[in-house]
Amino acid sequence: MSDTSKRTVAFRGGGFAPKPQAWIGVMVFVVLILVAEWGTRAGWISALTLPKPSDVLETFRQLYSSGLLFQHLGPSLARLAVGATLGVSIGISVGVLIGLFSYIRSGLVPVIAAIFPIPKIALLPLFVIWFGIGEGSKYALIAFGTFTPTVVATYGAVDNVDRTLIRMGQSFGLSWWSIVRKIILPGALPGILSGLRISLSIAIILLVAAEMLGAQYGIGAYILEAGSLYDLERLFAGVVILSLLGVVVSAVISFIERRMLGWRS
Amino acid sequence: MDIRLEGIGHSYDDFEVMRDITLDIPNQQIICIVGPSGCGKSTLLRFIGGLERPQRGQVLQVGDAPKDCLNPLTYIFQDFALLPWRTVKGNISLVLEDHGIRSAAAREIIDDVLARTRLTDFAKALPKQLSGGMKQRVAIARALAVKPAVMLMDEPLSALDSQTRELLMDDLVNLWSRQPFTAVYVTHNLAEAVRLGHKVVVLSRRPGQIREIVEIDKPLSERAFGDADLDAYQKRLWNLMRDEARAADEELLHV
Repeated sequence: MSDTSKRTVAFRGGGFAPKPQAWIGVMVFVVLILVAEWGTRAGWISALTLPKPSDVLETFRQLYSSGLLFQHLGPSLARLAVGATLGVSIGISVGVLIGLFSYIRSGLVPVIAAIFPIPKIALLPLFVIWFGIGEGSKYALIAFGTFTPTVVATYGAVDNVDRTLIRMGQSFGLSWWSIVRKIILPGALPGILSGLRISLSIAIILLVAAEMLGAQYGIGAYILEAGSLYDLERLFAGVVILSLLGVVVSAVISFIERRMLGWRS
Repeated sequence: MDIRLEGIGHSYDDFEVMRDITLDIPNQQIICIVGPSGCGKSTLLRFIGGLERPQRGQVLQVGDAPKDCLNPLTYIFQDFALLPWRTVKGNISLVLEDHGIRSAAAREIIDDVLARTRLTDFAKALPKQLSGGMKQRVAIARALAVKPAVMLMDEPLSALDSQTRELLMDDLVNLWSRQPFTAVYVTHNLAEAVRLGHKVVVLSRRPGQIREIVEIDKPLSERAFGDADLDAYQKRLWNLMRDEARAADEELLHV
């Protein structure tokens, strides 16, 4: 064997395993903004195409120092909170019922399938007639929009709870209510939370839509006003606020996941 | 408390999986059920514990369960069936909570069963932190906590590697020697069957019927790994099963 040639075996097992790289995400944002800044300053991006990022920042600063920021943000956050809470809590309840009872499932799944694809914005005039031009119609729109994705995510999550755990509960003589409370709900929580990510993003989209109709204050009203004046700096400042709102919501859900789903391997 | 099976038979649609199984499960004995895959041994176990209903025949409980028994027919599952979001302690308290046993009374029971399964130091661990063997010991502790009259064990060691399996078999023998319990033990592993069973029930392939009941007289505590007597029993069982197992393996699955 000693005279035969030796070679190391070539490694071919790498790749196909994306790992999270901290800071790369932030870097991409920074680079995009710097390119926009450079382009608008140098002139190869015209002022009509894109506002200068530094101007947007300045607008944002003025918005903050004049106190207008919170005058717009306050009502928006209240609408988001009330509407999303309504929609999500009703959605989770209905989703669990669909997951547990055959008749409710057979009765409601087609209804949910029928209302899911309706663009809820199209129903805004209807909500205005039903709930008035005030806050009621805005709550209703956001609630309705978050309801359907929450229902679908919840009953999917309940369906995916490990059946052997439910069998185990039955075999130890646990009551129906104990099985639901101690096995099904915690088991469905991961699915419900990932559904929440989608429904809360939809809530932000609908918030803006609702505020574009008959709201004096609110991020949506602010953006609508800026847009109709072609004030791109203010338009972008509003859009940045929405993006940040989305990032914050996603971070809050991640935090809840880390706290409540630490048991996942 | 004894369990008696009388003429159990079952079919899925018009596909007969089990035929006329009559069997006595006497108090304080471990009955092992072996058979080729698909002979319905796990289904039979679910009939015994009332998780499924046989189409023909009945499962009878003869005599009353002891007074302090919380859950007379208690399962130990192949995949452990531990709640991943509860600690070891929490998983055991789960089965006590519904009986109104909480705080001090629960702690006493939990400490006792954890000590008996040598898990005291792991009370606060989550299932994801435990090895397969440890998880199954938690499941055994949980079963002991409700003081079962009959333990129904569905391939409890099949998900474990062979060394862990040996260790857990020793644990089970020790538990039984200190406090004899009644058990129905379903397995496809003949070594487990001859090591733990007072009687080994051999089922035929589909439709599952009792082919033979082999009694093993040697006391559990005297049986050991690589025991020549047990090897003889194991060979005898394998001779009974070989052709059935081959035929079962070559059968098409009806799914």
